Amino acid sequence: MDILNTLVLLANFVIVPAVTYGSQLALGALGVTLIYGILRFSNFAHGDTMAFGTMVTVLVTWMLQSWGVSLGPVPTALLALPFGIAVTAGLVLWTDRVVYRFYRKQKAKPVILVIVSMGVMFVMNGLVRFIIGPDDQNFADGARFLIGAREFKEMTGLKEGLAIKASQGLTVLTAVIVVALLFWFLNHTRTGKSMRAYSDNEDLALLSGINPERVVAVTWIIVAALATVAGVLYGLDKSFKPFTYFQLLLPIFAAAIVGGLGSPLGAIAGGFVIAFSEVTITYAWKKAAAYLLPADMAPDGLLQLLAVDYKFAVSFVILVVVLLFKPTGLFKGKSV
Amino acid sequence: MNDTVKTIGLFGLVALAILFTGLSQSWNAALGILNMGLISAIMAMGVNLQWGFAGLFNVGIMGFVGLGGLATVLVSMPPVPAAWAAGGYDVWEALFVGALSLAAVILIRKRMKPGNLRALVTWVLLIAGFSIYRELFDPARDAIEKVNPALEGYLGGLGLPILLAWPVGGLLAAGAAWVIGKTALGLRSDYLAIATLGIAEIIIAIMKNEDWLARGVKNVNGLPRPLPYEIDLQADPSFVEKAASFGLDPVTASTLYVKLGYSIMFTVVLVIILFLMQRSLHSPWGRMMRAIRDNEDAARAMGKDVTRRHLQIFILGSAICGLAGAMMTTLDGQLTPGTYQPLRYTFLIWVMVIVGGSGNNLGSVLGGFLIWFLWVQVEPFGRWLMELITMGMEPGNALREHLLASAAHMRLLTMGLVMLLMLRFSPRGLLPEK
Repeated sequence: MDILNTLVLLANFVIVPAVTYGSQLALGALGVTLIYGILRFSNFAHGDTMAFGTMVTVLVTWMLQSWGVSLGPVPTALLALPFGIAVTAGLVLWTDRVVYRFYRKQKAKPVILVIVSMGVMFVMNGLVRFIIGPDDQNFADGARFLIGAREFKEMTGLKEGLAIKASQGLTVLTAVIVVALLFWFLNHTRTGKSMRAYSDNEDLALLSGINPERVVAVTWIIVAALATVAGVLYGLDKSFKPFTYFQLLLPIFAAAIVGGLGSPLGAIAGGFVIAFSEVTITYAWKKAAAYLLPADMAPDGLLQLLAVDYKFAVSFVILVVVLLFKPTGLFKGKSV
Repeated sequence: MNDTVKTIGLFGLVALAILFTGLSQSWNAALGILNMGLISAIMAMGVNLQWGFAGLFNVGIMGFVGLGGLATVLVSMPPVPAAWAAGGYDVWEALFVGALSLAAVILIRKRMKPGNLRALVTWVLLIAGFSIYRELFDPARDAIEKVNPALEGYLGGLGLPILLAWPVGGLLAAGAAWVIGKTALGLRSDYLAIATLGIAEIIIAIMKNEDWLARGVKNVNGLPRPLPYEIDLQADPSFVEKAASFGLDPVTASTLYVKLGYSIMFTVVLVIILFLMQRSLHSPWGRMMRAIRDNEDAARAMGKDVTRRHLQIFILGSAICGLAGAMMTTLDGQLTPGTYQPLRYTFLIWVMVIVGGSGNNLGSVLGGFLIWFLWVQVEPFGRWLMELITMGMEPGNALREHLLASAAHMRLLTMGLVMLLMLRFSPRGLLPEK
């Protein structure tokens, strides 16, 4: 029995990665859920919006790096982030004007809007590949680790090391700040309140004189910001590759639906549920079991429930189970 | 303009475009477009059955197409006796145990009253079933994958004629569709979309990673063919003589012969499916489907079992996609799970259905040919366009190099634009539903 080492081992391989990934998913799912709440459709172009925002940030980061601008231990990408958000907000507002508004005026069925968002997804995907190419891009700089595994071992004298990457710390910190800002905005400002009113009951909101176009525009800007932040954090943590962002669509949707579509709090909870399940189910528990069990009972196998390649299956199974037993999600979302 | 003239005119235009490819590029390229166009048309009809007839939103086409491809390997490749001896039976036994425990869970949940006891039994069954399954499965899999891994390392197929794989591909896809439909139909439309998107990713992940089944990303090459090999034709004196009488050299003649053979086989399948689809569209069953699509509540009030009908049509449409997937893998002669991409196999088919005209079978066929033609030809056209744009720039200019290199990615952009423009200005497609 060696509880301390087990805890450190789990923190290193399960808790820290899952919290990081969960924060990224939560930010992505917040974007999906806001669009669903206000515009009432599932936005298939969200993964590619994330890719687009990240791409702009990457390009600006490279420019800043070539000028020799640096924030020291903090990634230069943070400095480029506002530009990425601004350009992405411009793009989605323009998309809304030339594409989505027409269908909104027509009061088209949600499924038509989903198909339209598929078209937007194609265009954005093509645009990103056209500008930056389909390959992996690395744009992270600054310090690599907050705590290295060796330092930690020397500090504590334990057998197991705990490494926290700078990008992981940054992800969690940024996510907390962004989410706090978002909730403050939704709960305490006039615009935020009008957004919630519009989401709860469109007709009533219109009757009370809320300007729908303004609500929609503000929503798109917030979604662009959330998508860009989520994309950049994911890119700093792993790497930027357009196709990976497209594939993130599935866990992000799963997170939003598990939490309850249209519920911001649910999106955050859903993100962490999905992330923790993915990591725990694809983690090989052999070493942890070896610490906890007596030596003669140590397992021979890896004790890995599913291979890492099946991590999509995990979010999918959770999604199906929630849909079967609680179709509105954990936090009572909409089910129109 | 009357409908028949419009239909004939549009099909004539596509035929001309393919003929023009034959004259200006090569007949091999033209027949290549024609063959994939035929397959695309069949896939588009499958999706049209679901979306156009019943309003079901399926974005998991890639998965069903992949299952069709898997069927060709399972049916037509010769079995690998050493692998079967090493663990073939154990693998199936393990899968059987897994399926049995799932079935037991479903049964328990149906029969027992809700409560703590039921939850306990469910969990015990799940955990025990999964442990036994892994206990049986893992060693068997490792044993199979050790058998001659460079060439085999999988169980092989049944060694039956590959044409048999086409209906089997349809059946496999139908089975998967039944499972998805049972869980996700009856929920709201977006949920079916997400569920199908997920299952497609999972099917492709299984095909990529389960090496014992179909070698995963190591690919299965050299699938048997329903048609003779080019090499054999070239060695056949009577064929060479005949080719010479047409004024063709034996190499070109043999490739054209094989491609044309596929075209004929695919056309036969297309015509059969089109005939069946048209019949069903105009049958009472087709009318009921459209009634359900247009107003579910009214149809339910008239006593129609909406969920059952949805399940039925979802299975049928997916089966058609599986059939087309098996045909496509037969045409390729190899199964390469790494090449299945949702943008190409799911969303492109959707563009075909939307552009062709949802609810109209001929429209889907037209969309299949037209969009496939564009998909193939946009790339050379994009390169040409980029060269035109960058003509003024000096060679070696960074922007010029970048633009020329990126021309290949024009495809997605063009397809997205075509789809958005269609949805905006002609939402019912080129050949609207009557």
